Amino acid sequence: MREKSKQSKLNSEVLYDENGDRIFTLENKKDYTLLVPSMIPLHFRLIKNMLEKIGYKVQMLDERTSSIAETGLKYVHNDTCYPATLVIGQFIEVLQSNKYDNQKVALVISQTGGGCRASNYLYLLKKALKKAGFGYVPVLSFNLSGLKTQPGFKLKVADYLNLLKCVMYGDLLMLLKNQCEPYEVVEGETIKTVNFWIEVLNGEFANSKNLKYGHIKKNFALIIDSFAKIERNIVPKAKVGIVGEIFVKYSPLANNDLEKFLVKEGAEVYVPGLTDFVLYSAYNNVVDAKLYGEKKVVAFVSNILYKNILKKQKDIIKLIEKQGSFNPPTSFDLTIKAREGYINEGMKMGEGWLLTSEMIELIESGINNIICAQPFGCLPNHIAGKGMMKIIKEKNPKANIVAIDYDASASRINQENRIKLMLSNARENLE
Amino acid sequence: MKAIRDVIKNDVAVLGVDIGSTTIKFALFIGGDLKFSSYKRHLSNVKHYLCEGLKEIKPFLSDGKIKIAFSGSAGLGMANALNLPFVQEVFATSELIKTVQSDTNVVIELGGEDAKVIFFDNGTDERMNGSCAGGTGAFIDQMATLMNLTNEQLDELSLKSEKIYPIASRCGVFAKTDIQPLLNQGAKKEDISASIYQAIVNQTITGLAQGREIKGKVMFLGGPLTFCKGLQKRFVETLKLTDENAIFPSFSRVSVAIGTAIYASKQDNEFLIDELIENANNVKINNLSNTTMPLFFTNDEYQRFKERHFKAKVDFTAIDNYVGNAYLGIDCGSTTTKLVLISEDNKILFNFYNSNNGNPLEVVKEQLLKIYDIIGNRITIKGSVVTGYGEELIKNAFNIDDGLVETLAHYTSAKHFNPKVDYILDIGGQDIKCFKIKRDAIDTISLNEACSSGCGSFLETFAKSLGIEMKEFANLALFATSPVDLGSRCTVFMNSQVKQAQKDGATVGDISAGLSISVVKNALYKVIRETSAENLGNNIVVQGGTFLNDAVLRAFEREIGKEVIRPNIAGLMGAYGCALQAKTLGLQKSNIKGQEELLAFTHTSKMLKCKGCGNGCNLTINLFNDGSRFISGNQCEKGIKLGESSADKLQIPNLYEFKREKFRKLMQCDFDQGKNTIGIPLSLGMYELAPLWKTLFEELGFNVVFSGFTTKKMYQKGQYTIASDTICYPAKVMHGHIIELVEREVDAIFYPSLTFNINEKSGDNCYNCPVVAYYAELLDKNLNLPQKIKFIYPYLNINNLRELKKELKAELSKHFQLDKSKIKKAIEKGINAYYLWKQDIINEGKRALKYAQDKGRYALILAGRPYHIDNEISHGIDKCATSLGFVVLSEDSLEITEKLNNLKVLNQWTFHSRMYNSAIFASKMQNVEIVQLVSFGCGLDAITTDEIKSILESNEKLYTQLKIDEITNLGAVKIRLRSLKGVLDERKKQAIKTK
Repeated sequence: MREKSKQSKLNSEVLYDENGDRIFTLENKKDYTLLVPSMIPLHFRLIKNMLEKIGYKVQMLDERTSSIAETGLKYVHNDTCYPATLVIGQFIEVLQSNKYDNQKVALVISQTGGGCRASNYLYLLKKALKKAGFGYVPVLSFNLSGLKTQPGFKLKVADYLNLLKCVMYGDLLMLLKNQCEPYEVVEGETIKTVNFWIEVLNGEFANSKNLKYGHIKKNFALIIDSFAKIERNIVPKAKVGIVGEIFVKYSPLANNDLEKFLVKEGAEVYVPGLTDFVLYSAYNNVVDAKLYGEKKVVAFVSNILYKNILKKQKDIIKLIEKQGSFNPPTSFDLTIKAREGYINEGMKMGEGWLLTSEMIELIESGINNIICAQPFGCLPNHIAGKGMMKIIKEKNPKANIVAIDYDASASRINQENRIKLMLSNARENLE
Repeated sequence: MKAIRDVIKNDVAVLGVDIGSTTIKFALFIGGDLKFSSYKRHLSNVKHYLCEGLKEIKPFLSDGKIKIAFSGSAGLGMANALNLPFVQEVFATSELIKTVQSDTNVVIELGGEDAKVIFFDNGTDERMNGSCAGGTGAFIDQMATLMNLTNEQLDELSLKSEKIYPIASRCGVFAKTDIQPLLNQGAKKEDISASIYQAIVNQTITGLAQGREIKGKVMFLGGPLTFCKGLQKRFVETLKLTDENAIFPSFSRVSVAIGTAIYASKQDNEFLIDELIENANNVKINNLSNTTMPLFFTNDEYQRFKERHFKAKVDFTAIDNYVGNAYLGIDCGSTTTKLVLISEDNKILFNFYNSNNGNPLEVVKEQLLKIYDIIGNRITIKGSVVTGYGEELIKNAFNIDDGLVETLAHYTSAKHFNPKVDYILDIGGQDIKCFKIKRDAIDTISLNEACSSGCGSFLETFAKSLGIEMKEFANLALFATSPVDLGSRCTVFMNSQVKQAQKDGATVGDISAGLSISVVKNALYKVIRETSAENLGNNIVVQGGTFLNDAVLRAFEREIGKEVIRPNIAGLMGAYGCALQAKTLGLQKSNIKGQEELLAFTHTSKMLKCKGCGNGCNLTINLFNDGSRFISGNQCEKGIKLGESSADKLQIPNLYEFKREKFRKLMQCDFDQGKNTIGIPLSLGMYELAPLWKTLFEELGFNVVFSGFTTKKMYQKGQYTIASDTICYPAKVMHGHIIELVEREVDAIFYPSLTFNINEKSGDNCYNCPVVAYYAELLDKNLNLPQKIKFIYPYLNINNLRELKKELKAELSKHFQLDKSKIKKAIEKGINAYYLWKQDIINEGKRALKYAQDKGRYALILAGRPYHIDNEISHGIDKCATSLGFVVLSEDSLEITEKLNNLKVLNQWTFHSRMYNSAIFASKMQNVEIVQLVSFGCGLDAITTDEIKSILESNEKLYTQLKIDEITNLGAVKIRLRSLKGVLDERKKQAIKTK
């Protein structure tokens, strides 16, 4: 009986919990639009569609105005990391503009759930919303760690797996785009191909048959082929890898459109994929159980997931190798090994050991020029990023790494000047 | 330069242009010879100086043809705009050095804003300062301005120094807060000048070398290292370079320009100089994107604004005609000294506002003599009161009747203008203060942290650096058409933003207006942390010298959308408040030194290291001509004088001292030659779990040696290996602790990696912060430990004894022969020792609380992390609190009785849970207050501070935060704690009244 009344309550329109936080009810799910910050624009165009297929109305936030950071600083503690400043600033600005009906939107924010302060972004957002007078807007946490969820925003395992497919598609498109664009003969052809595929894939999602892995694998091959057909003029270019804090690494809003800047400067960019971060998160649960002897069930499930994704990643690698035109990503079991001799796999807050691993992995695959991008004052990166540079350079004398801090007030000219220094050395090594 | 001739072989003229943040440099080669070079400050007018330079060069060219390349941070924009070749400056430098002096091992180049180090051994390794490391040349400029010296004078003085003071080597703002008290305490300018240079040296080494040793032949380049002999000296001494290894080449100031010329010579295109001049003349680099609307659109608007503010005024009356009583107020601030003499009817007879020129005593003496000259016997000074940083010094030197806490001085004054005042915002040279007033008493105070200070003086320094008077600088802002958006961060960041805006073509007025807006935003969003004007109250009084700037005032009114009162004596409010206070003293005659005494007044100061205890505070002893003396720089009362009241104060319970004493005992150890020795670095998480590990290892048959409390010397030993210059100080000192243990020749160093801390079940989780958890990873990779010393940092689960046993056994037996049967018992004993230790602290906490209640004292929870008890980390703040009569509690001396459910944050770190717990505890207790200690760079505290503040404020409690770093200005801490006490006393009085 009680259960029933609880259920009916959750179906009603506007409800608040004991902390005064707005509840996102099942009822809300029907007609609310979810606002999602677009961390990697390319991937998120696919994710948007997938979320819509799952049953949500979704709007990606792509705004890139310079006032976003300013608004963020107004509502978040100024020493908070840059990603929080931006994401919260972007949300508040959108709400203030009343672009979407504020009574009918919910905000989605990701939560990592580790010892890094990023786990608190959700709370900072809630505080900021109250301060800005939007306490009535529900906030939804997107996390894989079982942190507090909203009744109207509960994703099923199958949903997560489908989203993961978007991530893998996105990674493949990003990888191929980065390897084609700097060399394309007909300007704009690469982007056209990317857009073509995003449209095709989004069109496919409606039919669940197309989400079967067999079909997806076929798509992978088709995608690779279509990029291989792009006419390219292969001249030697400096290859630059971007690693770092996940948001700053990917988001053009946060890194002042770093990828574009590098391409303009005549470099080929390599950005490790988002799949790696998913694998990293799953693998950490396995490591935790090994190190601390706890949460063995979580580890068991994570291990299954890990193996499943890894197998698919290997499929992609094989397909790229078979086709022969492009350099494949590093398989994650090798990524895991790359950190050996540098940092322990127990160092898992933020990007943790993955950051170190990715730097080594890049160097081992011949990409010696690396930008390590992080928010100013990023705690885990003090250790896994800057803290590892000395030993990385000692063991790999060719490594040409520059650490760039991103922040609301860091001057762009200083950042670009440092990147240019790295590029000068890269070009010299090319000769 | 023969070597260059080999590289630049062509006959065509080759020009390198290096435009940095402050200067423009030219180097012209013809036929491989350096025909012309110049070095000039461009005062942000890059275009003009570029054209001038090109014109100067023209006569050298026979056919008017030239190859050209640009370099430098401002050169980039110019090269892009003119579509000419560009080379990154560090790259250009390293090319040059490889050409002209290939046996160089290291190059150190300092520019206006950048610092660069290039290592040549084993492949070129080039480094530039990170975003936080302030300027270098610009930093010297700022410091010289602060000390009222020219750069040349500063340099000369520095050569005569006798001692070096520690000055924060991170950024200009920090250094400023260190220098100011030194100036105020009367330290010698010679010594301060040398210390400023030393700070630059330290900054270069910590920020750039990052663990790589600077040795071999070192070449010094760039403007500051060419001109400042003192700076050269500091570098050579610090790096212990011999004469032949320290190279100061003749071309150092134009080195980048020469490197750029080499680059230009390799380009194919030649240009016509006339075309270059014409193009440079016509170049438009106006791509300012972030601008806001003008402060005033019309003059009319401005006049109305002025008239409105003109109404808030205190009358002046001619001192020459006045007969009767007068009252004196002195505000001896950090950069300026203010004096006000008022009549019986509160009119101003005499006032003074000026920089204290680093010597407030002289300034006050001079002004007092001036007053005596004028008043003769007509006027009797019946009372005198002093406030501000220099309060005690002035009070002692001149026998001022009373001292007043700054906050109260300002409130007294503001009330005079509007008895209903409910909000006061004061922006001075160094400080931002704001007070909320409730029920006729100061209710809350917010002060800026060391990091965002420097607001007012920043405007001033900036104006000076452009060669413009402050007044004119402010006026230019009023009608500037497109003020630039400079963000709201610390001034060092702002500096770079300004430079960028200049490069983008902003006018001086646009920048001045932008800076004014930034100062306001800084105050509102960073210090006060308010987003809505409603919270500021209805009767706002703004004051402080910075508000005399109409641009700042306008920006403020616009930002909050309200009209405010700015008294015509905005800069004199503290002094005026003191004068009003002096009236209430009810004295027959002030005790202030008379004319004759003043004429005879002389003052000398000397510095001493206090021997009262192990802290070794740097004391400044001010000796006055009458034999009396005043001592400053002390962290506690011990060693200065032991009057009755002080002796009483030494009895005040202080949990920080109690814990330190426990550690002193813990660190004693019987050393047995036959046993293996484990070294434990005492910083970060060790301050929590040391009793556990010590007991455990002793049980297992080890000697246990600690690195001891941190000392400055210890820190400096490891300074060169710090990998990230923006990390917190408690982490930075870890490097020194490890080296200390290496020197003690331990067999192994133990600092486990603990993702999770002890689970006290009060939060949602029990994480350590990433730095506490994993710092060993970084230490191991950056310290080059000797092979024979094992660095053991296993990943352990300390909340699960079975796991802990398994993990320790596996780890330790890798390194030592262990009696495995003992491990279980050793762990149990260790855990037991840890809980006993904790209980001991809680018991003492209870005793301290009871003491406070019995004696009617306030108990103050200094809520930090366990490692904050280290004197080198918290700089004696606890003692400062007890000397003010507070009973000091620590955040871990309170029993945690419940899980905190109603927090608005994810409560997932053990140490931070304790702080939330403390805040809730203080909220429930009447005589318990809380001050939060925040280490600079602690990312987690961006989350905790706001939450603790809101817990306290929802319970009508005061929130005080002290930000601490490598160096902390105890003077500022004292003012905060005194203000806190002042408010508490006031509230108590109010409470009694309302009963």
